[in-house]
Amino acid sequence: MTTIDNSAEVENTPPVDPNAVTITINGRAVAARKGELIIAAADRANEYIPRFCYHPRMSPVGMCRQCLVEIEGPRGPMMVVSCMTPVADGQVVRTDTPQVKRAHEGILELLLANHPLDCPVCDKGGECPLQDQAFSHGAGESRFVEEKRHYEKPIAISDLVFLDRERCILCDRCTRFADEVAGDPLISFTQRGNNTQVMTFPNEPFASYFSGNTVQICPVGALTAQPYRFKARPWDLEQRESTCTTCSVGCRTVVQSSRDEILRYQGVDSDPVNWGWLCDRGRFNFQSVNSEDRLVSPQVKSGDSFTSASWSDALETVARTMRLATPGSIAILGGARGTNEDAFMWATLADALGVTMRDAQMDDGLPTSIFSYTQATIDSACAGGTVILLAPDLKEELPVLHLRLRDAADKKRIRIIEVSSHESGLTKQAWRSVRAESGTIATALGALLADSEVAAQLASGPVTIVAGRANLAESSAHTMAAVDVAVGVASHAAVLPVLRRGNVRGALSVGLAPQNGKDAAAILEASANGHVECLILLGADPMSDVADADLARRGIAGAKFVVAIDTFLTQSAAHADVVLPAAAYGEKDGTTMNLEGRVTNVVQKITPRGTSRADWMIAAELADLVGHDTGVTTLADVQKLLSSRVPGFGVTTTAVAIKRDGVVVSAGTPVRTPLSATPAPTRNSYEFRLDLSRKLYDRAVGTITSPAIAELSVGASVCIHPLDLERVGAAVGATVRVSNNHSSIVLPVAASAAVPRGTAVVPFNQPGADIRELIRHGESVVDVRIESM
Amino acid sequence: MARLTEENVRLAREIISRYPKPRSATIPLLHLAQEQDGFVTNEAMEHIGELVGATSAEVYGTASFYEMFKFEPVGKYLINICGTMSCALMGAEELMHHAEARLGIHMGGTTPDGLITLERAECQAACTEAPCLQVNYRYRFRVTAENFDTLVDQLQSGALEGEIPAHGTVAAVRQHIPADKAVGAIAPEDVTEGPAWLDGKAAL
Amino acid sequence: MTSNPGGTWPHAPGYYTGDRPKIVTSRFEYEDSYTLQRYEATDGYKGLRAALSKPAADVHEEVKNATVLGRGGAGFPAGNKWGLTPQGVWPRYLVVNGDESEPGTYKDRLLMERDPHQLIEGCLIACYAAGLSRCFLYIRGEMALAQERVAAALNEAYAAGYVGKNILGSKFSVDIVLHWGAGAYVVGEETALIESLEGNRGMPRLKPPYFPAAIGLYGQPTIVNNVETLANLPWLARNGAAAYTAIGTATSPGTRMVAVSGHVKRPGVYEIINGLTTFRDLLYGEEFCQGIRNDNELKAFVPGGGSAPWFTEDQLDVAFEGPQAGAAGSMLGSGAVMVMDSTTDIPRAALTLTRFYAHESCGKCTPCREGGTWLERILSRVVDGKGTDADLDQLLEVGQSICPGEFPHASNAKLGISAVPFPYRMNTICFVGPSAYAPVHSALTLFRSEFEARVTKRNLIPVTAVSQ
Ligand SMILES: Cc1cc2nc3c(=O)[nH]c(=O)nc-3n(C[C@H](O)[C@H](O)[C@H](O)COP(=O)(O)O)c2cc1C
Ligand code: SF4
Ligand code: FES
Repeated sequence: MTTIDNSAEVENTPPVDPNAVTITINGRAVAARKGELIIAAADRANEYIPRFCYHPRMSPVGMCRQCLVEIEGPRGPMMVVSCMTPVADGQVVRTDTPQVKRAHEGILELLLANHPLDCPVCDKGGECPLQDQAFSHGAGESRFVEEKRHYEKPIAISDLVFLDRERCILCDRCTRFADEVAGDPLISFTQRGNNTQVMTFPNEPFASYFSGNTVQICPVGALTAQPYRFKARPWDLEQRESTCTTCSVGCRTVVQSSRDEILRYQGVDSDPVNWGWLCDRGRFNFQSVNSEDRLVSPQVKSGDSFTSASWSDALETVARTMRLATPGSIAILGGARGTNEDAFMWATLADALGVTMRDAQMDDGLPTSIFSYTQATIDSACAGGTVILLAPDLKEELPVLHLRLRDAADKKRIRIIEVSSHESGLTKQAWRSVRAESGTIATALGALLADSEVAAQLASGPVTIVAGRANLAESSAHTMAAVDVAVGVASHAAVLPVLRRGNVRGALSVGLAPQNGKDAAAILEASANGHVECLILLGADPMSDVADADLARRGIAGAKFVVAIDTFLTQSAAHADVVLPAAAYGEKDGTTMNLEGRVTNVVQKITPRGTSRADWMIAAELADLVGHDTGVTTLADVQKLLSSRVPGFGVTTTAVAIKRDGVVVSAGTPVRTPLSATPAPTRNSYEFRLDLSRKLYDRAVGTITSPAIAELSVGASVCIHPLDLERVGAAVGATVRVSNNHSSIVLPVAASAAVPRGTAVVPFNQPGADIRELIRHGESVVDVRIESM
Repeated sequence: MARLTEENVRLAREIISRYPKPRSATIPLLHLAQEQDGFVTNEAMEHIGELVGATSAEVYGTASFYEMFKFEPVGKYLINICGTMSCALMGAEELMHHAEARLGIHMGGTTPDGLITLERAECQAACTEAPCLQVNYRYRFRVTAENFDTLVDQLQSGALEGEIPAHGTVAAVRQHIPADKAVGAIAPEDVTEGPAWLDGKAAL
Repeated sequence: MTSNPGGTWPHAPGYYTGDRPKIVTSRFEYEDSYTLQRYEATDGYKGLRAALSKPAADVHEEVKNATVLGRGGAGFPAGNKWGLTPQGVWPRYLVVNGDESEPGTYKDRLLMERDPHQLIEGCLIACYAAGLSRCFLYIRGEMALAQERVAAALNEAYAAGYVGKNILGSKFSVDIVLHWGAGAYVVGEETALIESLEGNRGMPRLKPPYFPAAIGLYGQPTIVNNVETLANLPWLARNGAAAYTAIGTATSPGTRMVAVSGHVKRPGVYEIINGLTTFRDLLYGEEFCQGIRNDNELKAFVPGGGSAPWFTEDQLDVAFEGPQAGAAGSMLGSGAVMVMDSTTDIPRAALTLTRFYAHESCGKCTPCREGGTWLERILSRVVDGKGTDADLDQLLEVGQSICPGEFPHASNAKLGISAVPFPYRMNTICFVGPSAYAPVHSALTLFRSEFEARVTKRNLIPVTAVSQ
């Protein structure tokens, strides 16, 4: 049986500290720390105390009363809830007396009194803490003969989550999570006493990016996830621990499958990273792996259409093109979706072919010089001091990092300073939050940091600069300039780069970083100008990912020969000459690197779809075919080579394999080339400065091929301040014309006070009209006109 | 439609300003909403959420905990007959039967004309005057079948219009804190020192 | 503003009108007792003036010396409670518990309706003495008249400069904010009261760590005091601790208000001398209840609010004093005595109380939420004549899951049982869960035969009201 109990996960014993105390549990001495809860100390000592409401990552409420234990008090033994009672030196705890046993049985009997006995048809059956504890700590029979509580059968409280109120034991885990952890208190206890039930507000669903976590932490089958309902029984599942590569936070997961099909991801509690949480996109996009639309065999273009080809023919076609290409005319775009090993083998091949045109980013990130600053980790950022946010809305792009920072700010460990062109998910938590128009972030930050209170705050402790590309319609040079401003004021600051794609930092670190400043935009431009004879798209889809749509189009069209290595026939792949099916997440082993530079493993759980192969295999075979023997036949060979070639990776092969939390690799220090941001032109007051930013759900291939979340994207629209809306003379929901010198498109308009006046926020890559037509690479900022129609 | 009226928003803001944290005004504002519409509408709860900085789900979570908030229309007069110990000892049960018979409705029901809703209530803190009841939270003590009938007659004839406001209004007198006298509410995190009258000395 | 808002039918709280000392009910005899005019004419706000003439610490000391016992139920001395606030943590708040809802309890409402200024003055003295910078006066939602009277009094007091900024020209400044509930018994529990005051569901917090004096409203040190407790302070501040302790006994000085309801000849709210008056005095005394109605026999009585284990005639000579009642197997709680005469249907009476607590459970903790309802359902089956023998044992079993171990009960000479002293152990967060069990346990301990008659002679007992 495969059960996952993250709640019981407590990492290794802390080193000796002045707060160390000793307690005895059932006669056994147990080392603990002052302030620690009895239940946590007991967990570490493997003395299991039953519990339902307690969750180590949320504040204890002590309401299920299942964790009662006896401690020796001044007036004899007394019952206390171990989930809210801190340890004290010399404390004597007993979990095995008849009184405790009676209490455990009694509470369980009461919990089961109104709980339906529908375990055989319940999704949770087989991995249900209530069921398990009823066996281990229950009396065995119910004396409850009254009629049980009845509610209308499961109700959908969101697009993803169902609630069966009859099964709910009112432990407050989901509601506490929604409020405390996610900051989306859209579910609440309602009614009172025996009628208490968890509910949403009428017609206001539990639309939280984190709703799936409530399903995972529900100790019964009250909350179930739509994508998993009735799919499998726990005892049919096989699982392996892995890392989510949907974004670069790198949350730890278990991948669960049955009959060679992935059925579920669950969060695993990695202390330095995700604390057990996942975002819904990461949790539910496993469906994409199972999609019917996956590429299953190599495709070779003949005329206007593709025909299936054998691997050897397809690879030979590619290899021939490479061999015949003029030196310096091969380009590789992408690599951030694969493993370190994938990217490394492609870099090795690129080296062999003398390829200088390579970039794992799609002109949507920051220059690699961001890695040249002192680097922070998620833990170091959350531990204390000040966090300066010069980043996209983390809730939309790096959801679990958002949760970690939110928690740190909420618990008053850190103070957040945010400079952004519209409010973000963390604005409410921020100590200082300033709106600055795109192109003026560095100036605004400079002014803010000059404030004496802010300066004192920076000087009072560690400073972390969270830096990422907030606006795809603004040159990255502005962000870099702002980082320099911050470092100029707080020289002790460390940088946490928040480049978004799953393994972008890994790919850049192992050799797919641009050389001589030739980044993706420059490569596409070169290609458009006829200088690329072979363009390799390594899980890259410039046609939908590069902000300058015109550039992407011209770049792809200009390449003489295009090879796409992908899991789906993407927009760009459709223009390829050869398409090679790649093994997807869960279909290959390897390692990945998160935004901190932390290397963890990803695992193969099912056989690759059709004949698809891991990217590294494809690279190794092509290397062979172009006459460069890498000597690699297995993943272990790749890893050996990788750890010997790439500084910092030496330790990873062994350490990663054994350690859930991975190791943070300090891979080289790219030289910092000072970038001076071209000052943004002043905006004509009749125009709007365009803010092109991402939403969690967009048309990313993993999202649109996962039915559960495919429909959750918000759709293209332009959002402006309510007063601007008045000025434009349009009503909310009406369509407006958004235009500049380059083009003009028609979008529905929305209004929000979270957007300052003069700014127009348009979400990236949404269904609907494509704003990218108005963007030209290299422009400092983009200003647009908005007219009502 | 059933958001708070402009006048009530003004009142709401005044009430909110008395608390160091706006959320504390939730229950008073729910009363205000109930006073306005006779029951608490979804729109009002959304509006209150906006005013105090809570989600509608949180406002509803709070509201539904308390007996007095109704989420569907009730009669103009809500008659709560107490059924707890002292009243039960003194014949509350019979009074309830009588009331049901007289009004032709069951406990929890409303007369077809929408005038009277009948409910069973818990201890009303008038135990020495049992059995007792409340009409829109105005007491009637040592209630017999006869004076119950008189009460119903009076309600039906409109004789109590002046004395008993329609359901929703509890207290007809509001507290007003004159601006020149108010100390004012300060968020606790903004308070750094002890009160002036302690002169820096610790209280005991 | 109307000075006499709302309206009631005349009623007759049988407050004691004799010439023993009266501390909190002295103005009840006046028709206009709730007006500022009357209050000022009867020593009103003199206690405040006396307090303001001394350093705060001295006033606090005085209250401590007087041992003003909390009248909300737990009986903890107010002066000591104020002293539990952590040093140097500001701000501190006063929350006045005017949520009076314990079955049988009836005194705070009278104090608020009849003498609101006395309460206001009490709040001011407490705030001054303990350095509390804001006061929230939480009145039960269903008490329209009390809310109106207190609102009107506050408006008067603000206008007269008794409340607000620089009170009576001193450095003492405090706002008293009238707050009101919306119907939930459990909100009378002090941590639930605080939750409710924060705009949340009124669910109790765990003590420890959430002792209000340390972590209360908004996480700040907070004193929660009952209305009657605070109403004692003006008299005390005027007359001093020595005068206060001269009344009553050493451990229970002063007076207290007791509501006696049920089957007595003259039910009413009496201000009695603490510690000296016995239950016999109260139930049979000429100046109090004057005996059981129709001169029936006394069957049982609840000595301290619906949560208290029951007494019978065996305990009539127990004096009204916490420790004595505790040793005899119950508690004085909120000063509410409910009397059952020989005609009372005991299982049904127990059901009435158990149903109350089951209905009022906040739902937070399992034993109370599930156990309370379960007790109610078994009991109502038994009362309806549909129960079995096993049900009676099951009631005690469920009780064990709520309150493990021996539950307090009174002695009974006839049955040959001796008392188990108060208090009990509990698996719950607050006392609501145990309170659902207390009547069941008392009734089953003292009157088991009545239950057995019900379950053995099924359906033969007609289902009637509690009394005829
Ligand atoms: C379930 C429960 C209900 C209570 N109800 C009330 C109440 O209605 N009024 C009250 O003053 N105290 C009530 N109390 C006691 C309060 O928790 C608290 O002890 C009291 O307000 C403190 O005031 P005092 O020290 O002045 O007595 C209740 C306690 C419990 C456990
Ligand atoms: S004992 Fe009852 S009322 Fe008290 S906290 Fe538990 S569930 Fe709530
Ligand atoms: S786990 Fe401790 S009370 Fe629920």
